Amino acid sequence: MNNRLINLIKRAAAVLLFAPAVALAAGASVQLDKAPVSTEPAALQHGAKLFVNYCLNCHSASFMRYNQLTNLGLSEQEIRDNLMFAGERVGDLMKIAMRPTDSKVWFGAAPPDLTLIARQRASGDGSGADWLYTYLRQFYRDSERPTGWNNVVFENVGMPHVFWQLQGEQVANITENADGTKHVELSLAKPGTLSVEEYDKAVADLVSFLVWMGEPVAEKRKTIGTFVLIFLFGMFFLTYALKKNYWKDIH
Amino acid sequence: MTTKSQAVLNWIDERFPLTSTWKAHLSEYYAPKNFNFWYFFGSLALMVLVIQIVTGIFLVMHYKPDASLNASGIPVAFASVEYIMREVPGGWLIRYLHSTGASAFFIVVYLHMFRGLLYGSYRKPRELIWIFGTLIFLALMAEAFMGYLLPWGQMSYWGAQVIVNLFSAIPIIGPDLSLVIRGDFVIGDATLNRFFSFHVIAVPLVLIGLVLAHIVALHEVGSNNPDGVEIKKKKDSRGIPLDGIPFHPYYTVKDIVGVVVFLFFFSVVVFFMPEGGGYFLEYNNFIPANPMVTPPHIAPVWYFTPFYSILRAVTYPLFGLDAKFWGVVAMGASVVIIAFLPWLDRSPVKSIRYKGPVFKIALVIFLICFFILGYLGVLAPTPGRTLVSQICSVLYFAFFLLMPWYSKLDKCKPEPERVTSK
Repeated sequence: MNNRLINLIKRAAAVLLFAPAVALAAGASVQLDKAPVSTEPAALQHGAKLFVNYCLNCHSASFMRYNQLTNLGLSEQEIRDNLMFAGERVGDLMKIAMRPTDSKVWFGAAPPDLTLIARQRASGDGSGADWLYTYLRQFYRDSERPTGWNNVVFENVGMPHVFWQLQGEQVANITENADGTKHVELSLAKPGTLSVEEYDKAVADLVSFLVWMGEPVAEKRKTIGTFVLIFLFGMFFLTYALKKNYWKDIH
Repeated sequence: MTTKSQAVLNWIDERFPLTSTWKAHLSEYYAPKNFNFWYFFGSLALMVLVIQIVTGIFLVMHYKPDASLNASGIPVAFASVEYIMREVPGGWLIRYLHSTGASAFFIVVYLHMFRGLLYGSYRKPRELIWIFGTLIFLALMAEAFMGYLLPWGQMSYWGAQVIVNLFSAIPIIGPDLSLVIRGDFVIGDATLNRFFSFHVIAVPLVLIGLVLAHIVALHEVGSNNPDGVEIKKKKDSRGIPLDGIPFHPYYTVKDIVGVVVFLFFFSVVVFFMPEGGGYFLEYNNFIPANPMVTPPHIAPVWYFTPFYSILRAVTYPLFGLDAKFWGVVAMGASVVIIAFLPWLDRSPVKSIRYKGPVFKIALVIFLICFFILGYLGVLAPTPGRTLVSQICSVLYFAFFLLMPWYSKLDKCKPEPERVTSK
């Protein structure tokens, strides 16, 4: 076979190899902030407190039991005293009284169950935690929305800004980029009860809690995994020695 | 062996071929001594099959194929998976082993098939092994597709919706056929229950039967090897191939090393990244199935994407039939054509080691196309991507359809008389 044909085929292969890069070039997405996710009990307990106070009225966490919060270092009595308000039992699931059919009429969309929200919101743009961390910090005043609020990450969202007293009120300066896409610049018009740093920390704690709730076993899984890998690493040398020994006469 | 245990063995052997079966398939089954890295994936595929069956048995104990909504408005099937993940002791591990096992199965099987391509393992006298293998691959695709519906997430639901709708593109019988598959006019409880039945009973039975046939056929003709020469041609005075060694203990101890290495990588995924970056467990599938909300982008799981790309690449109607129908035909053909390899390859040698440059280049182009098709199958189509997938689809088929000519023309090196080491 002549060399020119081989070169031609090689070049065709190279074109094919890089074609996906060309095909991918289009398509922009929202810039997400990296969420400082913590596994510290104090942060998770704070997050749990924010969750039951601010979220668990409209959103359920219907795969989650109150007494599973003992894994965050709380006693059942502490959970009863601080995190339960409606006479549930500590072994109950975190359900809400509002029916999905009603809330769909009231808000336009039923508020989703939040047990798995941190796993659901992951995408190519970032982890689910990144999305939640950015979303909860980017509400702004919008008089055209029925709730008076809009969001940079989730445009025309049905949820009002439940943390407005903590964060304060942000306003948006919306400009158009050269390519026709919108650019939103947020500024704090009216400060809330928390400083910007304190609010970011509070949201980070809440997001950490949501991540934990998405898969409570995650830390234990990694711990077990470490032992499994160490075991298999040892097994490799053992089985390899066995193989070597059996095969020493095969040439 | 003590006389007592020998007596027990004799008693059994007079009634059941225990010793002779053991000898025929393990201790006196002579495999070529020059197996390399690529030969681990057959035994690994068998092991993953066992993992899937055992974990599957335990999952069925708590899984509920029920599409109705519970008091919180969540489908029972979806909730039962989360129940396994959260409340069944060790359930999370069983579930992750099963979900990771699905992807691992395809990785291992793809590598196993590629080994066949490299060393001509499909050539005479191993045609039937190859055909059984292709059927195993088809059954595995059906098994994976139906299993993917069971968690009843958004991707489960809409993926099934897209694929079952494809059958409606078949002329005349199409609409009725898709109705029979779904058991309803939309994907619903009837679909979930029949897919559950197929996933848990019907297809596994077929799979195990085919795997048995695959191995029996292999042990009848003997294994190929990286040199592609028949070890049975050179035997010693006792009739044992000169280049053969008993499968047990030599390859059992070697495959155990392969199993440990495989389990290491498998455990990295199971314990540290069970979502596999959104490819093994798609993020959208953590959202319960909602027939009223279509996700903006529906992508099949990664192991189907090369074939899904071929389906989407067909955009021209032909003979008055929909482009979608021809897409289904092309997708089906892209899998079925693999079975014809034994008769498409006319090369005088089996192994890539002695094949000429044309086959090597064809194989590289085929491989690149397969990866690009797989990659594009995950993404939403654009005109540019469709064009690339059309080019790759043509090259995919060209690899098979032109093989009778280019494999014959190719300048091959002479095969050695005996197997070579390394």
